[in-house]
Amino acid sequence: MAELNTGGGGHQKGAKKARSKKLSTRVDLTPMVDLGFLLITFFMLATTLIKPQTMEINMPRNDKVDKKDQTLVKASKSITIILSKHNKVFYFFGEPDPKTGPKPEVIPTDFSKDGLRKMLLDRNAPIVAQIKELKKEKDRTRMTDEEYRKRASVIRSGDAAAIVMITATDDAKYDNLVNVLDEMQICNVSKYAIIDLSPIHKQLIKPLDN
Amino acid sequence: MPKVKIPRKSTIVDMTAMCDVAFLLLTFFMLTSNFTAKEPVKVVTPTSISEFKIPETNIETILIDKTGKIYLGIDGQTHRINLLKAMGDAYKITFTKDEMKRYSVRATTGVPMSRMKAFLDLPLEQIDNPNAQQGIPSDTTTASEFRQWVYYAKMENPQIVIAIKGDKETPFPVIKTVMKTLQDLKQVRFNLITGLKEVPKD
Repeated sequence: MAELNTGGGGHQKGAKKARSKKLSTRVDLTPMVDLGFLLITFFMLATTLIKPQTMEINMPRNDKVDKKDQTLVKASKSITIILSKHNKVFYFFGEPDPKTGPKPEVIPTDFSKDGLRKMLLDRNAPIVAQIKELKKEKDRTRMTDEEYRKRASVIRSGDAAAIVMITATDDAKYDNLVNVLDEMQICNVSKYAIIDLSPIHKQLIKPLDN
Repeated sequence: MPKVKIPRKSTIVDMTAMCDVAFLLLTFFMLTSNFTAKEPVKVVTPTSISEFKIPETNIETILIDKTGKIYLGIDGQTHRINLLKAMGDAYKITFTKDEMKRYSVRATTGVPMSRMKAFLDLPLEQIDNPNAQQGIPSDTTTASEFRQWVYYAKMENPQIVIAIKGDKETPFPVIKTVMKTLQDLKQVRFNLITGLKEVPKD
């Protein structure tokens, strides 16, 4: 396609003088455009795909806390989740540290939609319903994102909210922890804590964990 | 009937304008992109629905590979040099200018202080070998090297945000130790770097 007037070749009639041929200066730019777009594609993919997501967590401080400042965990609202090897999850309701009182029933489950999530949505139903209402209202009216977040966080820290204790055995993986923290977000649980595995927890899951 | 002559038009289009646009865009993307620095190990992060983006500056990355080795790095070459100096002072090791320079170009480093000097003196073709780094020793005691690193990183840059980048398969006890150490140092707010997962429909 590069236009080079090479004049058909062969003997030209009437060309008496040896004239220097006028060559067109047009160069075909198609391959250059191709190259340009190829590089653009590369840089676009290389820049936008590497930005990682992050999940922010707040741990409690280790300092001594005054008794009156501590939030007492209501046994009726509390759920303890224990992570174990081979992506297994156990949970029980009630007292997070069941030294006293009756032995809670430990239920094994998994990370599927009908496992842990269903249970959490069930237990946290009032909050989930309120958040849904809020979302609808946001779609209807012109609520700003900021206002939505503020109201959502008020709802999430309400009295009816479930309180989740997360603990794990030494065989659990980091992936399990992130998955559980993810479920907390999906199920609108804002009151959760990562706690140490106590010997009682170990004892509770022992018959089920193999 | 006279034949209608259809003038033959050339199919050649002038590509100059398109070429200009392509290279303009290319320049833009080249200038705005910043590549992630090479990490000593390949880490597959777990996925989450969280959509917060990690900030680009003032970040301290704690990299944990699947065997539980811990690597640590902060951003900014001057910060890195100062951090290494501070750590050297704490462990009574003096680093040469050359060693500091070599440390400062590495995004994350995970070498015990006792071997740091030897590691930085390694020839170029050996320094990128994944087995060259043993990971930062960590335990929950106050003397652990990992704790010192986190402490001095905070001293060096008070605005620093901690991000933990762990492999999916990392055993939980390692994560627990890291979190405990951060908690002990009153760094109770930190980020877990994750990949993106689709938000499930309710």
